[in-house]
Amino acid sequence: MLKFTEEHEWLKIEGGVATVGITVHAAEQLGDLVFVELPEVGATFEKGGDAATVESVKAASDVYCPLDGEIVEVNEAITADPSLVNSDPQGAGWFFKLKLANVSDADGLMDEAAYKELVG
Amino acid sequence: MDGSSELKKTPLHALNVSLGGRMVPFAGYEMPVQYTAGVMKEHLHTRAAAGLFDVSHMGQVTVRARSGDNADAARALETLVPVDVVGLGEGRQRYALFTNDEGGILDDLMIANRGDHFYVVVNAACKDQDFAYMQAKIGDVCELTLHDDRALVALQGPHAESVLAELWADISSMRFMDVRACDLHDADCIVSRSGYTGEDGFEISIPAALTETVCRRLLDHPDVLPIGLGARDSLRLEAGLCLYGNDIDTSTTPVEGALEWAIQKVRRKGGEREGGFPGASVILDQLENGAARRRVGLRAEGRAPVRASAVLATDPEGEDVVGTVTSGGFGPNVDGPVAMGYVTKAAIAPGTQLYAGVRGKFLPVTVAAMPFVKNTFKR
Repeated sequence: MLKFTEEHEWLKIEGGVATVGITVHAAEQLGDLVFVELPEVGATFEKGGDAATVESVKAASDVYCPLDGEIVEVNEAITADPSLVNSDPQGAGWFFKLKLANVSDADGLMDEAAYKELVG
Repeated sequence: MDGSSELKKTPLHALNVSLGGRMVPFAGYEMPVQYTAGVMKEHLHTRAAAGLFDVSHMGQVTVRARSGDNADAARALETLVPVDVVGLGEGRQRYALFTNDEGGILDDLMIANRGDHFYVVVNAACKDQDFAYMQAKIGDVCELTLHDDRALVALQGPHAESVLAELWADISSMRFMDVRACDLHDADCIVSRSGYTGEDGFEISIPAALTETVCRRLLDHPDVLPIGLGARDSLRLEAGLCLYGNDIDTSTTPVEGALEWAIQKVRRKGGEREGGFPGASVILDQLENGAARRRVGLRAEGRAPVRASAVLATDPEGEDVVGTVTSGGFGPNVDGPVAMGYVTKAAIAPGTQLYAGVRGKFLPVTVAAMPFVKNTFKR
C-alpha cells in the first residue's frame, strides 16, 4: 500500500511497518541535498514530529513523521551520500522504517492519484 | 498577504522566466533563486567556466558635481565613506561603506571614477534609503541620479574574459577594478572588472531596453550558464565576502567586520585627510586599538551546515557563548560546510576550537582564514 502526505512524503506500508521517504516533487523542490540527519532507531514520534532534517546548499528543511510510530530502521546510505535522495527519492533514497502505532491511521492519507492531483 | 503583485521586475524578468528561473521575492523584486541547473551545478559551473547573474535590482547612481569639477564630487563622497575617493584614479573602482555616527554600516557599495562623474552601485534593499541619504547629505554639491533605466549583470568565472572578449576585444587589457565605457552589440555599456564571487569577472551596466539582447548573446556562448541568487550567495560566502544585512549592518563597525582593508591610510589617524566621515571617532579608535569582537571564518568538522544565527561557544555544552554565526551553508567547491560570524577578541585566532549550536546539539567548528577558496582576480 502506497500512501502520501501533504508534506510530500511517501509511505510504503507492509505488515504494520511503513518505509518513509520524500517524493520526487519534494526532492526537485529542495534541490541537491548535501546533508541528511536521520532519527535514532528506537525513537518514537507523533504524527508531525521532526523526524529527520535535510539540507541543500541553500537551506535546511525538516522531514516530519507522517504518522505516530517507532523508528525500527534508518537508511544510513543517504547520510553517507545525500545525493541518493535526489537521484532515487522513491527507491534507494528512502529515509526510515516506522512501526505504526495504529495501522488504520494510514487510511487518512492520500493515495497516489490524490497526491498527483495535489502537486499538479 | 500575497505581496507578489507589488514586487518589481528587472529588465531581464521575461528572460529569467523563459530560462526556467525559479522566481522568489528578494529586496522588493521578483528574482531567480535558481535556474534549471540548480544551486549546486550553478555554483560549480561559475568557478569552472562562466556564470551570468542578473543583479539589476541593485541601485546604480551617478554623482555629478554641480560645479563641474569632479574633485568636488570626490570630496563630497568622502564625507560619507571612510575610503580614499579623492585619490581614486579615473577609470578605477573601489569598495566602500556608508557609515553612521556610531560607526555602524548603513550599506556597502562600489564607487567608480568615470572622469567627469562618479558611478556608485549600492545594495537593492538599501537603494531608496541610500539615495535619500546621499541627496540629503551631498545633494547641494552634487546632482544625483538613480538609474532605474539601466540593468546590471555580472559575468563571473575563469572563462568570463574569453567570453566577453568575443563581444568586445579590448576587455583583456582591463585589470581588477578597472571601469570603462564600452559598446557591446551597439549597447552603451559600463563594464568593470569586478564581482562578488571571488572569481575574475565583469559587471556590466546596460541600457534596460538592450539588456536582453546583450544577455542572449552572452548566454549563446556554450561556456555560460545563467546563475541565480542561491549560488550567488554560496559563491560570495566561499569567497569570504559580506552580505549586507547578515554579516554587516548598522550594529557592526568596519573594524568589527574585518573590513579595515577598505579604509586607506589617507583617511586613518595621521593621514592627510584623517577622519571626516560619520562615526570617525569610533572607527579610527578601533583601527588603532582593535574592537571587542570580530568577524571570522568558520569551518565545521562534520558535514552538517552551520547556518546564520547559530550560537558559538567555547565548550561542547554551549555554556560559554562567545559569538553568533551571521552566514553559513554548504560550500560546493570546499565540499563542506563554511560559515562566518562574530566572536569575542579571545576567540578570533585561526585554529581556535569552538562549538556551534545546531538543532539542540553543539557541533565542533574551527576558526579559519577567509576566503575559503583562493580568489582569482586579475590584478
